[in-house]
Amino acid sequence: MLDILPDVDRWRADGQRVAVATVIRTVGSSPRPLGSKMAVSDAGSIAGSVSGGCIEGAVIEEAQSVLEDGLPKRLSYGISDEQAWSVGLTCGGEVEVLVERIDG
Amino acid sequence: MGFESLRRSLLAGERVVMFTRADGAGLGARMLVWPDGRAEGALGEADLDRKALALATAETLPATGLREIEGVEVFVETYEPLPQLFIVGAVHVAIHLVHFARRLGFRAVVVDARSAFATAERFPHADELVVEWPADYLARVPLHANTYCVFLTHDEKLDNPALQVVLEAGVRYVGALGSSRTHAKRVAALREAGLADELIDGIHAPIGLDLGGRKPEEIAMAIAAELVAVRNGRQAAGKR
Repeated sequence: MLDILPDVDRWRADGQRVAVATVIRTVGSSPRPLGSKMAVSDAGSIAGSVSGGCIEGAVIEEAQSVLEDGLPKRLSYGISDEQAWSVGLTCGGEVEVLVERIDG
Repeated sequence: MGFESLRRSLLAGERVVMFTRADGAGLGARMLVWPDGRAEGALGEADLDRKALALATAETLPATGLREIEGVEVFVETYEPLPQLFIVGAVHVAIHLVHFARRLGFRAVVVDARSAFATAERFPHADELVVEWPADYLARVPLHANTYCVFLTHDEKLDNPALQVVLEAGVRYVGALGSSRTHAKRVAALREAGLADELIDGIHAPIGLDLGGRKPEEIAMAIAAELVAVRNGRQAAGKR
């Protein structure tokens, strides 16, 4: 969390809206530990990470809709998932991510 | 979502546990609990809130992860204060070590009695810069199991009394710069001062993982690497 704070603070001071994605569950090998966070601003800036780069693109896309409607989302990614074809994890594990908008 | 409170706590180095509902019904509902029993927010069910409060005020704080509480999936995040690193000696290596250590998640404090070395101009990036006799300073600040101490002064008048303070306090890591001859002298002096051998053996010397470097930034990186190894439980105290 501390790693993304400086960027999040700056974006919010600029009046941008910010969503935060958190790794809440991992199965098998996964590049980022539980609790790892990535912040996404509505201007498209990114801080931190939730994987080794394999699911960030998909999470950023989902984050934009969370920024729009403010409704949190729980997302899963992994080889057992049909999304594996588009956002397969190179590590072969599974990751679940919670995305929410910062509202205060 | 309690972001502002979490932010303030983290920056203040407080310990705090954050609960976030991860189930369909209450997804995103949040509660923050401090170990002294203060709480903010709610998970939406009285039983759930009570259980969360109990977990976060127990002697052993819960590990970060998903858990089922009262039949509800909740993501629990335990935030501990940053490990603190005291660097004794505002020397050239220390300038680089502060950079690496902060990037690696340590709170870095530099202590030196010599005001010519310990200047804000040289250490604008330190979390704290203290111009004081290291032994005096370290004897009055809280040293806990998450404290790391690095001795870089090359001056036994500054190093040795301070070494004695931190070794007796039982901190997580003590490392001291110097050749094997310097270290042998240091060991003799600490023994002379009445320090037990098993405490003296806890000093990491030669300091740092063996990266083969001689430049200040290389030595700083070797020390930083050793701090990480110790933090991750990969290296026991003592000589490598």
